[in-house]
Amino acid sequence: MAAAASLTLDRVESGEPLPELAIDVDVSTVVLGALATRDWRPMHHDKDFAVERNGTRHIFINTPHNAAYFERYITDWTGPKGRLGRIKFRMKDSVFPGDTMVFHGTVDGVRTDDTGCGWADLSLWLTVGDKTTTECTASVALPVGENDNPWKRTRENWKP
Amino acid sequence: MSELDPEVQAWIGEKRYPVESEFDVERGYIFSSCSSVENANPLYWDEKTANDVTDGFIAPPTMISAWFRPHQWAPHREAQILPLQVHFDLKEKLELPEAVMTDNTIVFGVPVRVGDRLRTHQVLRSVSEPKTTRLGTGRFWEIDVIYENQHGESVGIESYTGFGYRRKA
Repeated sequence: MAAAASLTLDRVESGEPLPELAIDVDVSTVVLGALATRDWRPMHHDKDFAVERNGTRHIFINTPHNAAYFERYITDWTGPKGRLGRIKFRMKDSVFPGDTMVFHGTVDGVRTDDTGCGWADLSLWLTVGDKTTTECTASVALPVGENDNPWKRTRENWKP
Repeated sequence: MSELDPEVQAWIGEKRYPVESEFDVERGYIFSSCSSVENANPLYWDEKTANDVTDGFIAPPTMISAWFRPHQWAPHREAQILPLQVHFDLKEKLELPEAVMTDNTIVFGVPVRVGDRLRTHQVLRSVSEPKTTRLGTGRFWEIDVIYENQHGESVGIESYTGFGYRRKA
């Protein structure tokens, strides 16, 4: 496998958008995510339970699976040297089989902290149709030059 | 102002429900996670990239809570601690039958490495005065879930804000 390129801080500008990512969701999407996150609760694999007990129209994507999608969305953009420092999200609505979810993002700011670590602060959001189902902010560390690697930062040099 | 139950007051800042993961961090679940979201990051698939960038294979940071979800069944188990047990304790003790989580923040520490055996505990940070929202009347609370590796290093802190409430009549 060829080494993947990584985004460096000097190539990022405040206000720039991240490329959108669209995912068609089906039953397998939801169930795979539930199993991968070891979430055995029936509302993520049993439609009858979800409809009758939760009052939803179908099974739905669980929170850690949602987080994994946001992580993928961020590191698709940064490449492997992008190191996630902090993520905050608020799920406002559920995502169901049959939905097409679209991830969006924009760079809120670019900064270097007092340890010399470069950061991109991001606003991210997930939509289904014209509805925003999750709002998210994240800070991802990026190399400040070709020879920098945020993953090599140890405890005292890592302040997410 | 309504006084907070003294037992609940004593929980604030207390280390509760220390748990060790039931199994070591392993690549099978890392593949399952990456596959479930089509995450092609070579850190998780390519040994040379993993060695060059992270000194070996690590787990995606957002998998952090997955390592602590108990098996659906295990022999000799009589009771299992729920993830966010403190949240359920608060609902019961404060007699607030409904609850929602409003915010979830994760701050990541040292990378989680294949072979790690992680530990976790929960800390109640705060409980608000009674509040009334469109959902009903109850209290907000903040809970931290602290994750450490076998060396005692913080691999992450997950902070939740919950609102336990009674529906409006």
